[in-house]
Amino acid sequence: MELNARTPEGPIEKSWDKHRFDLKLVNPANKRKYKILVVGSGLAGGAAAASLAELGYEVECFAYQDSPRRAHSIAAQGGINAAKNYHNDGDSIFRLFYDTVKGGDFRAREANVYRLAQVSVNIIDQCVSQGVPFAREYGGLLDNRSFGGAQVSRTFYARGQTGQQLLLGAYQALERQIGLGKVKMHSRHEMQELIVVDGVAKGIVTRDMVTGEIRSHLADAVCLATGGYGNTMYLATYAKGCNGTAIWRAYKKGAAFANPCFTQIHPTCIPVTGDHQSKLTLMSESLRNDGRIWVPKRKEDCGKPPSQIPEEDRDYYLERKYPSFGNLAPRDVSSRAAKQVCDEGRGVGPTGLGVYLDFEDAINRLGAKKIEEKYGNLFEMYERITDENPYKTPMRIFPATHYTMGGLWVDYNLMSTVPGLFVLGEANFSDHGANRLGASALMQGLADGYFVIPYTIGGYLAGVKPGTRITEDHPAVKDAMAAVQNKVDRLFAIGGKQTPTHFHRELGKVMWENCGMGRNEAGLKKALEVIPQIREQFWQDLALPGSGNELNQSLELAGRVADFLEIGELMCRDALERRESCGGHFREEWQTEEGEALRDDENFCHVAAWEYTGDGNAPKRHIEPLKFENVHLATRSYK
Amino acid sequence: MSVAEQSIVGAEDRSPGFLDSSVGRKVVMAITGVVLFGFVTVHMLGNLTSYMGAEAMNHYAEFLHTMIHGMGIWVFRAVMLTAVALHSWAALSLTLSNRAARPVGYRAQQRQAATWASRTMRWSGVILGIFIIFHLLHLTTGSVHPSFIKGDAYHNFVTGFQVPAVAAFYILAQLCLGLHMWHGVWSFTQTLGLVHPRYNGLRRNFATVLTILVVGVNISYPVAVLTGFIH
Amino acid sequence: MEKHLNLTLQVWRQKDGKSEGSFVDYPAKHISTEMSFLEMLDVVNEDLIRKGEDPIAFDHDCREGICGTCSMVINGRPHGPKERTTTCQLHMRSFSDGDTITIEPWRAKPFPVLKDLIVDRGAFDRIIAAGGFISAPTGCGQDANALPVPKQNADLAMDAAACIGCGACVAACPNASAMLFVSAKVSHLALLPQGQPERYSRVRDMVAQMDSEEFGTCTNHGECEAACPKGITMENIARMNRDFIKSSLTFRPEIASGGAG
Repeated sequence: MELNARTPEGPIEKSWDKHRFDLKLVNPANKRKYKILVVGSGLAGGAAAASLAELGYEVECFAYQDSPRRAHSIAAQGGINAAKNYHNDGDSIFRLFYDTVKGGDFRAREANVYRLAQVSVNIIDQCVSQGVPFAREYGGLLDNRSFGGAQVSRTFYARGQTGQQLLLGAYQALERQIGLGKVKMHSRHEMQELIVVDGVAKGIVTRDMVTGEIRSHLADAVCLATGGYGNTMYLATYAKGCNGTAIWRAYKKGAAFANPCFTQIHPTCIPVTGDHQSKLTLMSESLRNDGRIWVPKRKEDCGKPPSQIPEEDRDYYLERKYPSFGNLAPRDVSSRAAKQVCDEGRGVGPTGLGVYLDFEDAINRLGAKKIEEKYGNLFEMYERITDENPYKTPMRIFPATHYTMGGLWVDYNLMSTVPGLFVLGEANFSDHGANRLGASALMQGLADGYFVIPYTIGGYLAGVKPGTRITEDHPAVKDAMAAVQNKVDRLFAIGGKQTPTHFHRELGKVMWENCGMGRNEAGLKKALEVIPQIREQFWQDLALPGSGNELNQSLELAGRVADFLEIGELMCRDALERRESCGGHFREEWQTEEGEALRDDENFCHVAAWEYTGDGNAPKRHIEPLKFENVHLATRSYK
Repeated sequence: MSVAEQSIVGAEDRSPGFLDSSVGRKVVMAITGVVLFGFVTVHMLGNLTSYMGAEAMNHYAEFLHTMIHGMGIWVFRAVMLTAVALHSWAALSLTLSNRAARPVGYRAQQRQAATWASRTMRWSGVILGIFIIFHLLHLTTGSVHPSFIKGDAYHNFVTGFQVPAVAAFYILAQLCLGLHMWHGVWSFTQTLGLVHPRYNGLRRNFATVLTILVVGVNISYPVAVLTGFIH
Repeated sequence: MEKHLNLTLQVWRQKDGKSEGSFVDYPAKHISTEMSFLEMLDVVNEDLIRKGEDPIAFDHDCREGICGTCSMVINGRPHGPKERTTTCQLHMRSFSDGDTITIEPWRAKPFPVLKDLIVDRGAFDRIIAAGGFISAPTGCGQDANALPVPKQNADLAMDAAACIGCGACVAACPNASAMLFVSAKVSHLALLPQGQPERYSRVRDMVAQMDSEEFGTCTNHGECEAACPKGITMENIARMNRDFIKSSLTFRPEIASGGAG
């Protein structure tokens, strides 16, 4: 397998412009002769489907949800970064690029990140013209805030619902194309297989989640924008339906899977309350702008109500360890620090897995009204879930799986190692390295969808002869359809006693324990032993009610869990092989004396891309070396 | 095909008639409602002449019949008839649409905001319709009046209300009018978009005051006759 | 404080769109008050699967109150008894030990039941496709700060745009009217300068689509507003009506013109 990143040569500031010029164009009259499938309708998929249809391509879009508006991009709260420098505080494209490369702990491709920073500016323009109601100042101009450890104010936001508003912008653009007959939307359809002919992606197989019908869709190119695979951990801030099936099928058809172990653990989620817990809820990172994080200095105080712990007995550990960034330290750093204090037995709440996020000082300084203005909706949400009033008693928070930086390997054109298969947004690995900065996920999703894929897919299609799509009687189509049907039949044939959720929960525990915030060789090796056992049990003891020819949520879940049980193994394998600590990947063997991550640039300054070699065979690890010519390799320090 | 061309195609596909549309029918309902409430209010004020004695009331009645050379009353009747017809048509048509929109109902439904008045608009409307017919037969044509004298409005008014059952029906109808007006007056401002947060309190108060005034005064007539205050 | 409840659920079961449905009783035992309503259903469903029975199908996804997928009428109220709370964020502490809870799907002709508590809300998407957008193809945007928007309008637009498209307004409306949903989008876009060029054609197109989906009509009960988990107000309906009236009074049919240039 060859990993050719196709990164343009020359100065980085010019590389995207030059590359766009070098890309071949598709004749406008020919565009409608090409069909593109877009799987997923979130920020990346929705934006791509709308933009490609506007260009004149024939587009079909698929979503497992009942409407494209429900994709999980909708849940992003905090904001979207853009190097507009509207606040005159020294921001620039280069600074956003620099911050993102450094924030990603030098494990992202420079050229991709630079392009991301460049088009961030266009994204805001585009969204405003679509009517996204960003927050404004009294003069009517756009408001910004600083977010997630950035030292400039470059985050645009729409209350605590930025993801929702950006998604609705893309959704409305998509619906407009649907209304014009330019996009065919398939809601409640789940991609089950990728159709590859002579190594080139030519279509997909889907299951209609209402009727159970399995059918093929054939096209000239396929875009996967199906999000991350963080639900492998079972408890995560993802929507319940988020899954890794589409990218996993693509992986098994030849697309390399890059950096699967790079997962982001978000520091501010509501803690787990019990075994019944089905998901974790994120509280926006913006809360850390005014809230102070602490735990009791002494274990013995953990059971006391927080109001009875005097100031001198509190440990504001982020402020203590990272005096310059304090409570705004990046996500990976903050999460790890929380884990450390809880490991020391100083965690709070009924489970001991929690730390306080305290607004008392901010309320005293700014008044409760101002705090309500800024965070009212978040405080309300917290109270709804926990029945505690954060105006009176500190919030309890704990880290939770939130995002996967890893994903299918793509070149500069966002094309995977399978020609014709493009991967967008969180589903690819490209821009965030080993750790994503706050407010950058929305930026990347929209960048890929609005401003990258419309150009780069043209470069690919210009080399595809129009009218060369395969037909349904092609053997590759029949094989793919049979494989999907076979998997459904196999699941029903098990006839065991345990629910799909049972196995998912079991997997999640193993993953969280061994491939979560802290990882070590022994734990990962153990996980690599246990996961195949759970998988075996799954295939022996799964209970699956109903049939495949109807709306069957248990079947949907079982199919996804079957894939998670394989993805989890690859994540652990990758984590084991990456013998260094970087960003969200913290190998306990590689840390400084103060417990900070210790990178090994000599041996691991590269992307690890895994190639599938058949069931039962170990996957093959390939590397794409990373060069840092514009941001020099340095130890990340937030002290 | 350019974007502009496509949007023209879209517009052709969807150009409904105003009266076919849901909002259009609501607007008809609201505007005819305003006309009818206006009439009811003026009618209530005109009947105050009954407190001034037979001469005043009969004089007022004569004026109504002779204004604009006797044309006025017919113009007025035509407007009223049209308003009632349109109002009833809109009500029927909207009701049918609304019924069709929920073929299967809920086992349990807890209302949170709907008032008794809003939920009984249909029934108060139907009772008012029956009442209007009776009222016309009673005091305009005299067909169901025991001792109708053409041209002597005061006599008809007094003797009409001296029958307790008739007076009771009038009072009942006025209570229905009250329910109908209280929701209707507020509702037409909403339907016609006459809404602004600064004046929202005013809308409710306006509906309440107007309703109490009209219904209170109207009920006072049969009560005054029955108690012998008007005789 | 965590407590445990024993409940009886009366759940609408319907095999698919073509079958007749009926209510079936299920016990829900030892339910923690810390659970969300959907987690309670998860527990019931896991038991059903283990017993070899068909679990209760219900729509859900983000489980944090923003995607708008969850949709069920709980004891006669869409999203249940707590104000401004979606079903996924409703917690069992809102119920008492021994309660009987009736769970039904959204009921409206344009929302046909697909299975049990799952309905098809495609009508909402078609209404948006008819006009709920600003025609701004990718790449055409001018600088984002070139067009100032008064803060108050931006805030009002945001209030309207907060709609999650769950359909509770339709479910709660005695007439199964979708006017709160439609008016929220009409208002969001009508309040912004970017939305002005298509303001009047948009409201006409969206209302026409809403009518052709056979939703009921608004009779100003206010149930939608009370049921809305995002606090969308009826002021939006008034704004939509106003725009619709203006649009109808000033409507000029398009005159086909063109030809090669």
